[in-house]
Amino acid sequence: MVLATARAGNGSLDGAILAARDLTRVFGAGRHANVAVDRLNFDIKAGETVALIGESGSGKTTTGRMLLGLMPPTGGTVYYRGADLADFRKRHGLKGYWRHVQAVFQDPFASFNNFYSVKRCMMNAYKLFPQKPPPAERLARVREAIAMVGLDVDDMLSKYPHQLSGGQRQRLMIARALVIQPSVLIADEPTSMIDASSRAAILNILLELRQRLGITIIFITHDIGMAYYTSDRLFIMHQGKIVEEGPADEIIRRPQHAYTKRLLADVPTLQREWIL
Amino acid sequence: MTTLLEVKNLKAYYQTPAGDDVRAVDGVSLGLSEGEVLGIAGESGCGKTTLAQVLALTVRKPLYIKEGTVWLEGQDALALDQETMRRDILGKTISTVPQGAMNSLNPTLRVRNLAIDVIRDHYPQITRAEAVERARERLELLGLPSRVLDSYPHQLSGGMKQRVITVISTLLNPKLLIVDEPTSALDVSSQKVVIKLLLELLEKEIIRSIVFITHELPLLRHVADRIAIMYAGKLAELGRMEELIFSPKHPYTQGLVGSILSPEPGLREHKVVGIPGRPPDMKRPPPGCRFGERCPERLAICAQEPPAFELQGREVWCWLLQEQVMAR
Amino acid sequence: MELLKILWRSSRFMIGLAIFASVLLFALMGPAFTGTGPFQRVGGLYDSPSAQALLGTDNFGRDVLTQLMYGTRTSLWVGLIAGLIATLIGVIIGTLAGYWPGVIEELLMGFTNILITIPPIVILILLSVAVDDRSATIMGGIIGVTAWPWTARAVRAQISSLRTREHVHIARISGVGSLEMMLVEILPYMFSYIFMAFVLQLTGGILAEATLSMLGLGPFQTVSLGTMLHWSLLWEAMRVGAWWAFVPPTVFLSITSFSLMLMNAGMDEIFNPTLRHTS
Repeated sequence: MVLATARAGNGSLDGAILAARDLTRVFGAGRHANVAVDRLNFDIKAGETVALIGESGSGKTTTGRMLLGLMPPTGGTVYYRGADLADFRKRHGLKGYWRHVQAVFQDPFASFNNFYSVKRCMMNAYKLFPQKPPPAERLARVREAIAMVGLDVDDMLSKYPHQLSGGQRQRLMIARALVIQPSVLIADEPTSMIDASSRAAILNILLELRQRLGITIIFITHDIGMAYYTSDRLFIMHQGKIVEEGPADEIIRRPQHAYTKRLLADVPTLQREWIL
Repeated sequence: MTTLLEVKNLKAYYQTPAGDDVRAVDGVSLGLSEGEVLGIAGESGCGKTTLAQVLALTVRKPLYIKEGTVWLEGQDALALDQETMRRDILGKTISTVPQGAMNSLNPTLRVRNLAIDVIRDHYPQITRAEAVERARERLELLGLPSRVLDSYPHQLSGGMKQRVITVISTLLNPKLLIVDEPTSALDVSSQKVVIKLLLELLEKEIIRSIVFITHELPLLRHVADRIAIMYAGKLAELGRMEELIFSPKHPYTQGLVGSILSPEPGLREHKVVGIPGRPPDMKRPPPGCRFGERCPERLAICAQEPPAFELQGREVWCWLLQEQVMAR
Repeated sequence: MELLKILWRSSRFMIGLAIFASVLLFALMGPAFTGTGPFQRVGGLYDSPSAQALLGTDNFGRDVLTQLMYGTRTSLWVGLIAGLIATLIGVIIGTLAGYWPGVIEELLMGFTNILITIPPIVILILLSVAVDDRSATIMGGIIGVTAWPWTARAVRAQISSLRTREHVHIARISGVGSLEMMLVEILPYMFSYIFMAFVLQLTGGILAEATLSMLGLGPFQTVSLGTMLHWSLLWEAMRVGAWWAFVPPTVFLSITSFSLMLMNAGMDEIFNPTLRHTS
């Protein structure tokens, strides 16, 4: 386990499916400038499951947006498979990028357009494909994806979002990503608005995807417990920087940075008593 | 320990514009003694916030009491008229910090105005200056900077706002404090200081008991003496914290505890399962045990509503307990 | 649909609708019952109400009741045209400004704000004077073209916030393009808002027409509620006590606007559940 230090700008990107070099995002200017993300450096290997952990204001959500290409960085670079994202955009367009990098967001109730059916939302995913497969095949793949997330296919396809529970919607969001079959899935607080008893099912689905399809998953969350359960490596973010990173077990058992220690001490755990 | 609160078969429903009832609290009985922290835990839609509102005596349309009694210090609290309630009970015997209270502070007034309102509403003879002074003393007693009284809400952090509201709500030393999701919007560190404050209030005997409503069981593990698990408007289990968290008897409680993702060694060793399905529609709750359709251990008899089975001081509303209790 | 059922239960909406429908019925069907035309001479100067002319006659000896019916028709028509044009322009500009923050938003909103600061009555007067043929439709157009700024601002604010909703992000990473995003993902959420804005514009249009007509800038050779008031002012109907020349059009202007506002308040209750009355 290594304490994060600023890496040299030309650190090798070998094997990293997604990487950041001095990634920065500043909001506003002058006296009121807010450095949300402060020269982030990290490498994520293909097939890994990592978690970006931070409290509100840590910059984790902004980082997620930049990795997704939804927000341009004000400094530094995002690398996808060794290629600068800005270049990738020029050559393949963002649509090309989104074939490979997809997301599931926090609010299952806001993630759907309530005016349209579930079927339409799922089929919309095909907009990313320059050569769309024939309609029959498109539907078949959508059906397969919905089944993979443990939902009743015919039931779901006939419904509208408002008829579904939060858990069902979130699973459909995962299914939607599956239709696209990305290499990377960014899950931004995927279960924070879901009841505790339904969380495990969704997390287990995501983990299964990793097993079966080798998708790289990046969790963005404030919930250390969830991060520990799901991820191989953890990145602890605080005030726009990564203060500690390493294998999940190491971080939980032997945190090194003062902030990490405090974070872990403040989480209400089951076995260990709080020292108040 | 004297009994402070006694709830018997409480049913509180919401009337919808269409005319039917949402049976939010559908037959709940529990008791609270002085000096204890009772946690009420459940997931969204289980009725815990409605229960909190009834206990705080803030029942407003479309919520109405269908049936049941709430005895407060031997008095029928639901039979009181508005004026007596406002004058004698609210703030003095019972005080509440509702969900999202910290976002309901008037943004154009300094915090001390809230303290002034609370005190002078019950003791109009106290001057504004005196009221502020009392608030300052109380804050200092609890180790909080008294300058927050001079601040505007937006100048305070979430954790500080929540603590200040809690302190002001307890200025009149109410016997019972009801807090509903006091930390759900806060970071873990802020969460901890808010809870610490609650326990300090109890320790310094500024308040005598707490009803702590939350969906996060791990919080109750550190705060509650007893826990009541609510599901679909009814109680599933009620007993001491240690028993419910470490050896739960009701399948729902077991499922809830099993769903907890606590960042401790051992979490990664086995798959966390959760509970399949979703809670029933509270306009038309199913007959029999409410948890029946999702229960992995459902029996034929579960088509009937289970009564409370008492087992070593805890109550479990589950037919599975019938044998165990009979065997004694 | 469910929506109509809920609207049915809003007493404000239903009362407003009832009043407006009555006014509409009066304006459209009424003339069939009076038998006279609006420009027909039926009596002398300011005859009091009688069996032949239920609301008396105006300064030209024309039947006031018939005038009221045709006048309401015209006023409603002008309001309709004005409402449609103002809402259309306002929605287009507001949506573009709300969806593309930055340069486009600054330009569009800057333009809008400049227009807001110019007193609309000034522009209305100038345009009315400049246009040769002032029919009711053209008047509606002129009013519409000056009334859109506040709708644009309101729509921009709504779009701005809808743009950050998660389903928009999902659509984005599904490759949905800007035009489709605005029309399909965002505007449907604005339907109720836009409809309410339209009703407000309609009301404003009716009142603006009245104002212009009272100033003598009304439509040529047409009777409207505003022109009725114009003539009553010119011929000092108040001074001679011919209340039937100015009270009826005023009343009709008032109840038409009032009923539309009431409907709007009812719809607001429905679309904004926090405003609902708990009964």
